[in-house]
Amino acid sequence: MSNVNNDRIPNNVSLSDDKRLQRALEAWQPSFLSWWNDMGPFGFQKDDVFLRTATSVTSEGWANFDYVKMPEYRWGIFLADPTKDRKIGFGDNMGQPVWQQIPGEHRNALRRLIVTQGDTEPASVEQQRLLGHTCPSVYDLRNLFQVNVEEGRHLWAMVYLLHSYFGRDGREEAEALLERRSGDPDKPRILGAFNEPCTEWLSFFMFTFFTDRDGKYQLLALSESSFDPLSRTTRFMLTEEAHHMFVGETGVLRMVERTASQMKELGLEHPDDVRKAGLLDLPLIQRYLNLWYALSLDLFGGEISSNAANFFAAGLKGRAKEERYEDHVALDSFYDMEVVRDGKLGREQVPLRNAMNEVLRDEYVEDCQRGVDKWNRTIAAHGIPFELKLPHRRFYRQVGISANVPFDPSGKMISKDQFEAQKGEWLPTEADKAYVQSIMQKPVFDPKQMANWIAPPKQGIKGRAVDFEYVRHT
Amino acid sequence: MCETFAMANEKAQHPPVRFETHPDRYKNVELSFPAEYGGEVACIALDIKEDGGLRPGYPLKLNSYDLGVDLELADAVNRVRFEHPEVKAVLVASKKDRIFCSGANIYMLGSSTHAFKVNFCKFTNETRLWLEELSAEGGVPTIAALNGTASGGGYELAIACDEIVLVEDGSSAVSYPEAPLLAVLPGTGGLTRLTDKRKIRRDLADAFSTVAEGVRGKRAVQWGLVDEAPPRAKFDEAVIRRTKDLVARSKRKKGAKMVLNPLSPKRETDRVEYTYVTVELERAARKATITVRAPSGSEPQTPDELAKKGDAAWLVRMARELDDALLDLRFNQPEIGVVALLTKGDAKDVLAAEKILLAHDADGLVSEVRLQLKRVLKRLDMTAKSLFCLVEPGSCFAGVLLELLLASDRVFMKDVEDVFVEVSPAQAGLFPMGNGLSRLESRFLGTPSQVGKLLEHKEPLDTQSALDRGLVTFAPDDLDWDDEVRIAFEERAAMSPDAMTGMEQNLRFGGPETLETKIFARLSAWQNWIFQRPNAVGEKGALTLYGRPERPEFDFNRT
Repeated sequence: MSNVNNDRIPNNVSLSDDKRLQRALEAWQPSFLSWWNDMGPFGFQKDDVFLRTATSVTSEGWANFDYVKMPEYRWGIFLADPTKDRKIGFGDNMGQPVWQQIPGEHRNALRRLIVTQGDTEPASVEQQRLLGHTCPSVYDLRNLFQVNVEEGRHLWAMVYLLHSYFGRDGREEAEALLERRSGDPDKPRILGAFNEPCTEWLSFFMFTFFTDRDGKYQLLALSESSFDPLSRTTRFMLTEEAHHMFVGETGVLRMVERTASQMKELGLEHPDDVRKAGLLDLPLIQRYLNLWYALSLDLFGGEISSNAANFFAAGLKGRAKEERYEDHVALDSFYDMEVVRDGKLGREQVPLRNAMNEVLRDEYVEDCQRGVDKWNRTIAAHGIPFELKLPHRRFYRQVGISANVPFDPSGKMISKDQFEAQKGEWLPTEADKAYVQSIMQKPVFDPKQMANWIAPPKQGIKGRAVDFEYVRHT
Repeated sequence: MCETFAMANEKAQHPPVRFETHPDRYKNVELSFPAEYGGEVACIALDIKEDGGLRPGYPLKLNSYDLGVDLELADAVNRVRFEHPEVKAVLVASKKDRIFCSGANIYMLGSSTHAFKVNFCKFTNETRLWLEELSAEGGVPTIAALNGTASGGGYELAIACDEIVLVEDGSSAVSYPEAPLLAVLPGTGGLTRLTDKRKIRRDLADAFSTVAEGVRGKRAVQWGLVDEAPPRAKFDEAVIRRTKDLVARSKRKKGAKMVLNPLSPKRETDRVEYTYVTVELERAARKATITVRAPSGSEPQTPDELAKKGDAAWLVRMARELDDALLDLRFNQPEIGVVALLTKGDAKDVLAAEKILLAHDADGLVSEVRLQLKRVLKRLDMTAKSLFCLVEPGSCFAGVLLELLLASDRVFMKDVEDVFVEVSPAQAGLFPMGNGLSRLESRFLGTPSQVGKLLEHKEPLDTQSALDRGLVTFAPDDLDWDDEVRIAFEERAAMSPDAMTGMEQNLRFGGPETLETKIFARLSAWQNWIFQRPNAVGEKGALTLYGRPERPEFDFNRT
């Protein structure tokens, strides 16, 4: 384990030995803090929050819990420990030693990958900055802030790479990461889902389940990278990302649990009756699920992609858990893909490298299904005859071969008129949005309380009780 | 994708390309006259349909273009010239969200023959130069509004405009990804315009041209790649402000409107018959004969008469027909190697018809008629066929039609009594070549005094005088004519077409270099060399492998 220093920027990359880098990052730090104060969680910056802070990558070090004021959170730079004699695991350079420096040939492509990943981190903080004011519990408020500060740390991780390896361009890109703004038409974030409003907790839980899970798969693919610092950075980020998906999975689970148990207890059937009880009816949850799933599927990029092929061939970005595959060169295989051509569905043999986005998406879809199954078991346990379903991956896509072609949630091609006519059954309507806002107006700052529309969690954080004062809100 | 490759490799036979179009029939370009400028601005907006290509097999994604799109672009510019004299500035824009234009479609290039690619690039270059001429000589300044990324040919289209506004949104960029991504070069004058037009420092131009993702807002302004980079919220405002400034600066001459009607030639297998132009093909001999006829009857002498006669006026009609015939030969008749240029009619009628050009250049419409002739004659200079001019009794190589003779690689004039050629004031720079000189000046680089002498000579020149004064290459007599001419054509048609094209292009453009001659010369160089090298189009070349799973492998030997 390399030395951990605990100066202004906690790190395990021997920052104090690299004065140039240290100065660059110390110069970037005030910009980051000013961004955090402007765009981070609004109205809670003076509160003590029971947060996990990473001070090293060891099992004791990466999860230190204590009260922290968010602006004083110590955003550090941590890389997973190096793997001795690590070799490139896929692509044209398979078997050669991994790179500790960036080959000039791949500088631009890597920068683009890192900037795209880095851009999502502050974006989600911006999307979520007002959520604290409608929190369903202090427990959830704390989880929101935990997610936020860690997204901030992930930004630091990407900025570290940009500053260390990409010279002036990297420094400019690092600045630009703080200049773009989620949803701002003038300076939008790079990827679509990160410009969508996320102004209530139903969307927040869907986002952390679906969108952060895209993040997980992108990080898994990048952790295979031949560029070792990127691989090590993303490997450590993955440990933190797990908590974000836990927040999403249990968040949706608790909403579903609350609705199903109340339906059973009060004998509610019709969604209108469920709403009269101030709960989130299951068809409504399904519509939000459809929306966020589709937005998140888009983040994987086009099904047939020359960029994906180049990234794989060059060893920049692999598949999730590459070691589980047999053929790591993937030059002679094809991916049997259902595609839209001239307004019709057909099958096409796509060279596997060009289909790498779809390969990653396959893994993601499977992982999402596992979560949905859990939710359905909860509904079934209360004897409610309703099943949440992942829509077909062609449904409501804005990116790739199905983009802007109307499909219903089962993947059947329909006419534009049909889609417009039935859209309200499949995607959140204005009435849905208004209803969700209406039941989530008041924040719950009393640790003993829980909003009506969500069940309490099974347990608290780090051995604390559920009603522990996770945030001391003043 | 595999399907696309299969098509790409086939290089299938396609129906002939037709070059005429009309705003009502545009598929991919929209020509409009936005109300906010009171109708004084023409907006040429790209809204390219994925399935809007001229040929099947390549979806035109992200506002990428093919020849069909460029034909519409060229037509739009021409309509502005003739049908919209009220227009004082041109705004080139995109109707697609967050993308301006991503250049020529790579898969289209991949699926085209070398000859088609070269002719495609030549045509797109001509159209970009038209835009520049529209501003420089038509007095209609131009502006490109980049609402999103302009890459490759997209930025080359923008850089052909006088001003460029690029939205600053943290991701939109201007770029030349050709070298880093495809191992070729921008093919529409883009590199030359960086240094010679926008006068961008060579080292910055070098950096710009090797970063596939290009350069965004602030830096693009610093480097001079664009003139302004406002944020999205202020983008429209900036475009409107600049466009209004251009309107105020416009030096467009006043003139009447002229509607350009379809040419409707009669086409047979080996013959195209227009009103004033006939094209005949002798395929076995790889020969085409273009005959241009003089007007018959009275031609307009004043702007009013010209406006009244409309596009039936000989100067207009003949130029449009010759233009269409040249494009037809270029794109649809690749195996034709030698073109015989003939004229028929009375030289007096030609000289009478052209008088209006000399007397009324202050009129907007007359001036446009002259500029059109100038462009068509340049198209002739740039046509990769051997041009042999045949001067026989009954011909009328005088004034504007003498330019055909002067554009030819060789001139044969029958040594008989009743045949003449005639120099007119039209030769004194009415139709300059790409090198900025008149064809007469280009011909007599070594004896410049000859130019003045010929211009002073107000009479028709017989064969011997024309030969003496250097207007004619060979003057066989009646007995030798048929054999001499036949052998000359056969000999020429037997030579390597590549060598002939290269040689002719070298010899046609003596004298000074201009932006235009540099662009075409370098286009030939890269098209015929870099584009043909294994590093681009070999089995492992970057262009070949673009979009495929393998990565290119280069031969790293420098020449």
